[in-house]
Amino acid sequence: MAYLTDRKRATGMGSAKSGTQHHWFMTVSSVALLILIPCFVFTFGATYGAPYADVVAYYQRPFPSVIAALTIAVSFLHFRGGVQTLIEDYIHGALKTPLIIAMICLCYAAAAVGVFAVVRLAL
Amino acid sequence: MVELTLPKNSRMVTGKTWPKPEGATNTKKVQVYRWSPDDGKNPRLDTYYVDLDNCGPMVLDALIKIKTDIDPTLTFRRSCREGICGSCAMNIDGVNTLACISGLDEAKGDIKIYPLPHMPVVKDLIPDLTHFYAQHASIMPWLETKTNAPAKEWKQSIEDREKLDGRYECIMCACCSTSCPSYWWNSDRYLGPAALLAAHRWIVDSRDEATGERLDDLEDPFKLYRCHTIMNCAKTCPKGLNPAKAIAEIKHMMVERIV
Repeated sequence: MAYLTDRKRATGMGSAKSGTQHHWFMTVSSVALLILIPCFVFTFGATYGAPYADVVAYYQRPFPSVIAALTIAVSFLHFRGGVQTLIEDYIHGALKTPLIIAMICLCYAAAAVGVFAVVRLAL
Repeated sequence: MVELTLPKNSRMVTGKTWPKPEGATNTKKVQVYRWSPDDGKNPRLDTYYVDLDNCGPMVLDALIKIKTDIDPTLTFRRSCREGICGSCAMNIDGVNTLACISGLDEAKGDIKIYPLPHMPVVKDLIPDLTHFYAQHASIMPWLETKTNAPAKEWKQSIEDREKLDGRYECIMCACCSTSCPSYWWNSDRYLGPAALLAAHRWIVDSRDEATGERLDDLEDPFKLYRCHTIMNCAKTCPKGLNPAKAIAEIKHMMVERIV
């Protein structure tokens, strides 16, 4: 119980003066994924079930490997932004910050592993 | 924080069923949320039967009929009875709307009436809108100017005045904000569709000279960006306004400032 005025409760700590960059990044990455995902599906699908040597040879070409690396990187960065919003929406209290940190680390790690795998195939 | 179950003292129990009016042949079953802070009991759903042959056509008429003839303890807000004041906003058959412009014949079966969702209840169908009003006040819903006031009025072209259409008509009934899941979970920090619609009304006002300050105040991950374009606000607005569109336009202006 705190004796705050209604106006004080409504204004809280004021504006964080941020949020638009996050909104803009999510917009741009959505548009990028709109192009990348179909390209990734078609390039990945082309090698589906092929022998290992053929897959390696295919991903040594620039277009499929760049598409795969970009799709993995942009997807996980977009995912990071989305899940952060989701956690902020639904989890309040002490658990919120550790969850956001863990999720960000997980996304960067997953993106790094994915891109590394593609680079290894490509080079 | 999201709550998947109601607290123990908020769980609904079966309420009283009032007898049908004597001699009535054309009745409508109306179930109404009841809760009083004075008796310490859980909220309940009371059942009333309204004689449609002896009652006005709107849900508010039925509520007034119940209060007058059946149960004078039933509490609800009402004033203009023509969709202007916004007092009788409530949840009727799962939709936030005004009881005075909702026809009894719009509901096919029984009618269930609850207060506006996810707001503290003062009594029965009356929600506590203190925080909602304070949020509205926080967006400075008035003309802010720095230029000396003109001798007559602040002039505005017809085209600029038209930009306010769909913005100024809001009656602050709170139907939109209380239908928004983002507002349910984060109303302490998210301003909600009603306040943001009002904010947009002043941001796009050609006479207002505080556009930058207004946008600065809204630039916040919670105040503005908790809107996830769910569109419940536009769907439920009893005045047919589109707060989601206004919020999208504010976001667009925010991006224009940085790109």
